[in-house]
Amino acid sequence: MTMKRRFHITLPLICFLTPVLLWLVLLIVLPHVDLLRMSLRAEDDYGNAIWSFSNYMAFFQEPIYWLTFVRTAVYSIMVTVMTFIVAMPVAFYITKVVAPRFQGFLMMLLLMPFWVSELVRVYGWMILLRESGVINHFLTRMGILNQPIEMLYNDVTMVMGLVYTSMLFMAVPLVSVLESLDDSLIEAACDLGANMGTIFFRIVIPHAMPGIVSGSIVVFMLTLGNYLTPNMIGGKNALWFTEQIYNQFIASFNWNQGSAFGFLLLVLSSLVIWAGLKLTRQKLSRVVQ
Amino acid sequence: MQTDLSVQCVSKTFGDFTAVDNVSFEVPQGEFFSILGPSGCGKTTLLRMIAGFTAPSRGKILIREEDMAGVPPNRRPANLIFQHLALFPMMTVAQNIAFGLQRRREKRSDIQQKITRILERVDLPGFEDKAIDQLSGGQKQRVAIARCLVLEPAVLLLDEPLGALDLKLREQMKVELKKLQAQVGTTFVYITHDQSEALVMSDHVAVMNQGHFEQVDTPQNLYHQPQTSFVSRFVGDNNAWSGVVKRCEAETVDIETPSGQHFRTRATAPLTPGTAVDLFLRPEAMIIQPAADLPNLNRFEVIVKSLLFDGANSRLLANPLNDDTELLIALPQNRQFDHIRRDDRIEVAWDEQSGICFASSE
Amino acid sequence: MKRTLVCLMVLGAFLALVAAPVSAETLELITWEGYAPKVLIDKFMQETGIEVKPTYSTNEEMIAKLRATRGAGFDLAQPSQDRISAVQAKYKIYQPIDYSQVNSDQIIASMLEAVKKNTVVDNESYGIPHVYGTSGLIVNRKFAPDAKDYTDLLNPEYKGRVSYRLKRPTLIGLAFAMGKDPFALYSDPKAYKTLMEDIGQKMIEGKPLVKLYYDNNDAILQALQSEEVHVAMAWDIGGWKMHAVNPDIDFIAPKSGALGWIDTFAIPAKAKNVAGAYKWINFMMRPENAAVFTNAEKYGTASKGALKFVDEAVKANFTRSFTDADIDNIKWYPTVPAGLEGMEGKILDKVKAAQ
Repeated sequence: MTMKRRFHITLPLICFLTPVLLWLVLLIVLPHVDLLRMSLRAEDDYGNAIWSFSNYMAFFQEPIYWLTFVRTAVYSIMVTVMTFIVAMPVAFYITKVVAPRFQGFLMMLLLMPFWVSELVRVYGWMILLRESGVINHFLTRMGILNQPIEMLYNDVTMVMGLVYTSMLFMAVPLVSVLESLDDSLIEAACDLGANMGTIFFRIVIPHAMPGIVSGSIVVFMLTLGNYLTPNMIGGKNALWFTEQIYNQFIASFNWNQGSAFGFLLLVLSSLVIWAGLKLTRQKLSRVVQ
Repeated sequence: MQTDLSVQCVSKTFGDFTAVDNVSFEVPQGEFFSILGPSGCGKTTLLRMIAGFTAPSRGKILIREEDMAGVPPNRRPANLIFQHLALFPMMTVAQNIAFGLQRRREKRSDIQQKITRILERVDLPGFEDKAIDQLSGGQKQRVAIARCLVLEPAVLLLDEPLGALDLKLREQMKVELKKLQAQVGTTFVYITHDQSEALVMSDHVAVMNQGHFEQVDTPQNLYHQPQTSFVSRFVGDNNAWSGVVKRCEAETVDIETPSGQHFRTRATAPLTPGTAVDLFLRPEAMIIQPAADLPNLNRFEVIVKSLLFDGANSRLLANPLNDDTELLIALPQNRQFDHIRRDDRIEVAWDEQSGICFASSE
Repeated sequence: MKRTLVCLMVLGAFLALVAAPVSAETLELITWEGYAPKVLIDKFMQETGIEVKPTYSTNEEMIAKLRATRGAGFDLAQPSQDRISAVQAKYKIYQPIDYSQVNSDQIIASMLEAVKKNTVVDNESYGIPHVYGTSGLIVNRKFAPDAKDYTDLLNPEYKGRVSYRLKRPTLIGLAFAMGKDPFALYSDPKAYKTLMEDIGQKMIEGKPLVKLYYDNNDAILQALQSEEVHVAMAWDIGGWKMHAVNPDIDFIAPKSGALGWIDTFAIPAKAKNVAGAYKWINFMMRPENAAVFTNAEKYGTASKGALKFVDEAVKANFTRSFTDADIDNIKWYPTVPAGLEGMEGKILDKVKAAQ
């Protein structure tokens, strides 16, 4: 009797489950199924729609597509690593060095740029860095530069912009994971003769691993899927894979090709994250907590 | 004998607050030295200064005759066992123990050997590949000790490491720790707020209160010859009366309590009549229904309030007549006093030599 | 029984929320930035009680959005005339225009005829002309006094001071400047492709000269104003706007011809308020309203008789940039055959990716 009751589908259960299921099916499963279906459709020579792998073939046959793809992946990994390098000392400083009453204030400072949209932040960088921008103005005024130089539209600036955009998403998980690190572990390591480097690599990093991995996943995904920053700061050389998807959908009207690209991007991000988890021996279930 | 640790006139202030106030002591090699005090008395600060995590405001700390000023914790020949042990959860038992040895760049084979040896010593042979969270509380304790002892420090500092254990295990570990210390012969400096831990294990105990040492002595002397009223109160159970000196002779004083009782007892220092004093008496110094012919006793009657049965440690809780001071009276479990019930009126007494009094601090 | 009732009620409430009727009559308009000035929206509201809700977009996005919904969600769109028939033939996102409902007296007859002819699919026409303009060169005379044709976009003299969009007009313009007629090759995809690949190669070679490939009008105007860019391929009105700020900068009709476009009104297949759409079209083409729009945005209008309401300054823009010969030389975009965009897109991607 009790067993039977437990599995009885009750009205409250339906009420709670329906939104979740609707959300999952309508907003996640269906679009992806449709994307997959579209990516496998193509036109034959007579303009009829047929099932075909030609969209995927086109990707591998055309160097420009897969080169952009590889470039996007490599840069995304690079941005993730650099974001970590920048965010780790910041997170460590906030959690372990500074007095607790300033922690909230520093976290606020960290959050502040994210109160405005990404577009505004990118424009901010452009105003600073452009040839007729603020930094060039000061450098020429002070006589350091003879004439203004263009600081925008190159890969270094683009990576910097992407790192800036992703900082918070790395810093927050790091702060929370470092907060859970018992200070006495650091002291114990020091007491046992370890120097700063050893403490960092043997104690702090292994402890922070779940946070590092979850932060890296978020930053990697955001960077991989970013459109605005590479396009605006990266300028004339920075073709990002998302831009190619956009171009396929919007400029070339080739939704089937665009869907195939979208799917490949999904596969790529899943693969990289899987590899990252394997490499750091973390479990996804633990990391997403 | 060599002095392993020498603390000379050390003070530590945080702003206006003085955590450690002009403390000096020496610990000879191989001794088990405890610092006993209530929480907040400054003992942890003192220990952290010895370990090197905090710099003293004044004074000198020497380990094996070397001044430790400016020497960081990772270069001091002293190791600290933390209150919560601070074992590295991301490493196995062997990796934990090897951590310090690797920092000294010892050979891999030597490290292996040392780990095996030290694990045998702490009774955990074959535990090398266990993860930290697979261990019980007592096993973690021993790994933490092994991790420090394997480095053969001049001084091993222990910061209340038994605090997190349950009572039964704590009792057991006390004995083990003492035994282990005797075996390895390393100098231990142990801080605790638990007087039983300090008394059972130590060769010498320093009682610390509000930043300074009240008394440094053997456990026996602390118990039987406390030097201050704080030590009397803090070390072991005690019955306390306040009173006024009526008459003072060479070694004894007569005291009158506010409720009019008169006691004669020994004094640590000459006291002038009229001085307010605190009088302390151990529960086991109380004799129940004394034989009428025994001399030199302070006799009076009490009413039994309750019987606290606790095996060998059983007590009576009683009030003197027309007074609500609560008295603890040891109840020997030799079945002689089985007839005593609640609300009984019985005679008790204590020897003039077993009480002790100090001029009241207030 | 009770349970079913509750379920039905919840479902009913949900549907009611989704399909809640909009209180006032509205007109969902998808158009270009600036094509629906606030003054005119307010005036239209007063006259008809219809509230116009504009969404700003581009040709490509308009088509993509309407394609995604198969012509639903908007009551009126404003694609360029050359981008209608191929799209319509393939995706069926518009409905034929009922020209009897259009007040054709207000529209320049020759332009109406041309648009009608260019937007025919299966004997039905799908567009009404609204706005026309050209793209050509915007030049800063102080730094580039001699720039006069699209080929100057590839001229090493202006290294680092050149900008254009990576979009099809750039390919077309460069083709004309190189003495070819790409429009004539629309019917010969193979030859067209060869030509475009050739131009793509030239653009790759000329890439070091480029300051930036701009995406939106603001970006290029900012770069021109700060004098970071001296020669750009852009729309005429951008140049005229800049001229008002900095007289050194102006729009010029390139020697090989400015590229002329006409933006139209087209009604999406599943428009809800078709009557409202015709009302808005007739309202916008009324000479005094068309002139308000032209004065504000500087675009040419297809409204007959609007010229007498247009500011002198706006007229002066036109005469300054176009001689009579230049006007005759404007290359009006013919209808784009299907499939060209994909091929051009790939070439442009290559240009962008080249190092």
